[in-house]
Amino acid sequence: MLEEIYIAGFGGQGALSTGQLLAYAGLMEGKYVSYVPFYGVEKRGGVANCGVVVSDRPVSSPIVTEPTVLVVMNNPSLEKFEHAVIPGGLILINSSLVEGKVGRMDLKVMDIPANEQAEALGNSQVANNVILGALVELTGVVAIETVAEALKKVLPEHHHKLIPVNRLALERGAALAGEWRQARES
Amino acid sequence: MSRVLMKGNEAIGEGAVQAGCRYFFGYPITPQSELTHYLAKRLPEVGGLYMQAESEVASINMVYGAAGAGARVMTSSSGPGISLMQEGISYLAGAELPCVIVNMMRGGPGLGNIAPSQSDYFQATRGGGHGDYRTITLAPNSVQEIIDMMKKAFDLADKYRNPVILMADGVMGQMMEPVDLDDEAPAPEVVSKTWAADGMKGRGHKNIINSLYVVPEELERHNRELGRKYAEIEAREVMLEEYRLDGAEVALVAFGTTSRVCRAVVERARSRGIPAGLIRPIALWPFPYDFIAAVAAGVKCFLVVEMNMGQMVEDVQMAVKGLVPVHFYGRCGGMVPAAGDVLKEVETIWRGGGEQK
Amino acid sequence: MRKVFSRPESLRDVPFHYCPGCTHGVIHRLVAEVIDELGVRDIAVGVGPVGCSVFTYEYFDCDMFQGSHGRAPAVATGIKRVLPDRVVFTYQGDGDLAAIGTGEIVHAAARGEKFTVIFVNNAIYAMTGGQMAPTTLLGQVTKTTPYGRDKEINGFPVKICEMLAPLDGSAYLARVAVHNPKNIINAKKAIKKAFQVQLDGLGFALVEVLSACPTNWGLDPASAMRWLAENMIPYYPLGEYKTPGRTL
Repeated sequence: MLEEIYIAGFGGQGALSTGQLLAYAGLMEGKYVSYVPFYGVEKRGGVANCGVVVSDRPVSSPIVTEPTVLVVMNNPSLEKFEHAVIPGGLILINSSLVEGKVGRMDLKVMDIPANEQAEALGNSQVANNVILGALVELTGVVAIETVAEALKKVLPEHHHKLIPVNRLALERGAALAGEWRQARES
Repeated sequence: MSRVLMKGNEAIGEGAVQAGCRYFFGYPITPQSELTHYLAKRLPEVGGLYMQAESEVASINMVYGAAGAGARVMTSSSGPGISLMQEGISYLAGAELPCVIVNMMRGGPGLGNIAPSQSDYFQATRGGGHGDYRTITLAPNSVQEIIDMMKKAFDLADKYRNPVILMADGVMGQMMEPVDLDDEAPAPEVVSKTWAADGMKGRGHKNIINSLYVVPEELERHNRELGRKYAEIEAREVMLEEYRLDGAEVALVAFGTTSRVCRAVVERARSRGIPAGLIRPIALWPFPYDFIAAVAAGVKCFLVVEMNMGQMVEDVQMAVKGLVPVHFYGRCGGMVPAAGDVLKEVETIWRGGGEQK
Repeated sequence: MRKVFSRPESLRDVPFHYCPGCTHGVIHRLVAEVIDELGVRDIAVGVGPVGCSVFTYEYFDCDMFQGSHGRAPAVATGIKRVLPDRVVFTYQGDGDLAAIGTGEIVHAAARGEKFTVIFVNNAIYAMTGGQMAPTTLLGQVTKTTPYGRDKEINGFPVKICEMLAPLDGSAYLARVAVHNPKNIINAKKAIKKAFQVQLDGLGFALVEVLSACPTNWGLDPASAMRWLAENMIPYYPLGEYKTPGRTL
């Protein structure tokens, strides 16, 4: 198993913390992981992307340039990184924020209105975990259960009260992904 | 022992603490800020001192004072700040003082940018400042290796009474990987520094920390003694990692971040039937000239991959001595070579094309 | 027979390299006498500069550092922070301290570093052959101000004691001169206070010593002493500028 995941957005959207959460979950399952962030020069609101590798073998290169999974949180990132995904790869798009469509036909593309879904759960800040839930469901890279456990490590103590709603978000994303897969297969 | 996810910058800090370093003097510069944030918090917890100086020039001279007083001490910076420190590093080398200097390399020349780069290779491996000296230069390529290497760096500095430079870049600093942490690391043994100028008390004679030798004969003697020390380091402290060199016909050479990319390239090349292998110098000085010369006898060519316009490639050429072609692939300005692009280069070279440096 | 005058223990028995009439030797002796009298030779660590006093490490008989030009306060910071119970001092000239090392001295004072600075002001770069120093007086002829220091080109001389006094970290600042016996006695008192302030942990202490450079001033030693009194002291008034708890 080798998943090379690239998460792209603006600063403040949580791309980096989502990547770290995924890496932590991989670590907790005893897998080999790496996480490398890339950002622009702005302290706030600039480019904030990260590459996460989860593998059952030692990670050769932590630099993700040909992702197996791309998570897109803004319009420019879709244009910039669509071409980089490996043939047959997966793109997860937060369609609450991204208007563009994927032109390539050799990819699996799932649109997730993550912000609406998060608001329906009562907390707009858990949008990323809706996407992460879908990612985990579709790739099997780690178990949802482990991601929920990892939240305890990644979230500061005073935010631990938010773990239940984050967990709901992960489960919601996984459920949506399950429906999407079924729809594709039928 | 616990396994945690750690940033390279934090690993440098924690590795230093575990190596018994208790003093840090530095000046803010991107991209090594997280290292200073970590140490500013961590050093007081272990009875140490984090001091923010008024400049890199002051920082390195505080290091000079602390090192001469017998402490395990470090500083860190990036390109422009390291340039400002060069006079001080020359003094440290001349006075034979041990310390560790971290360079989180960024793009240059001038202000350049804060993105990852390996363009300070010449500066680090050729001394960097004025006068005839060398600094031991280490280049880790994983977060675990950073932790382990900090201890090694301080030990080498003390053993040879010489500055040690740890070279990394923004990718290494920001990267998170799992590391095994010694929860209760044993206190490092105290190295007796009888030469330190820490007050004559009970010693009966004065110690002097000095790099001034006015009489030419005396300076020449000092230079020759330093030269002997550098030769000993060259003989004993070469460090490298080889990867799939068995049967290799294309030997890649890369250090730090690019060596991770090249590892992936080697795997992909091998899966396509191209017998590629990788040499990773862990110490950039002393450089593994002999090892590369020996490899040169058995391969068709070399490909050196760096994040600069071609610096380490000159050392590889010196080692290969024209026996086989030495190719170069470089990205700069903060661009990290993509495995796919390097693989294309390997394929071109394998088919008999490719630009030679 | 009782010996009434001898070399301080803190000075080594070696000939100074200083020119005839230079007052560095007097200042060295005062510092050594103070170290002896306070009984701190065994725990003293000195830092020499670049300039005429570059060889101080040969002259003081205690542990010594030779620092790079202007950076002695940074070096001393490193030493004192590692060894807070030692007595640390720097010995610096005017080019070293008041030009290239301005940043280091200001920030050492601002941090309230607990070491003692002996600042020798002779209004000239002597070792490099008599160029204008930051403390060269207006109108003073040097090799690089052959028409006299011109305020339009070179600006004004730097008054270090006055400059450091407003910093909260400085505890003791005094300006003294060594051109005659009376002032030499006063100079020693100030130097002793500056070491005592360190021993008492009160903060940064600096003594500026107006010193003669007959060679580069182009004067015989006696005229140089007069020149110091008549020209330097009016511009650089003597006295204590700050004592612990009190700015004067």
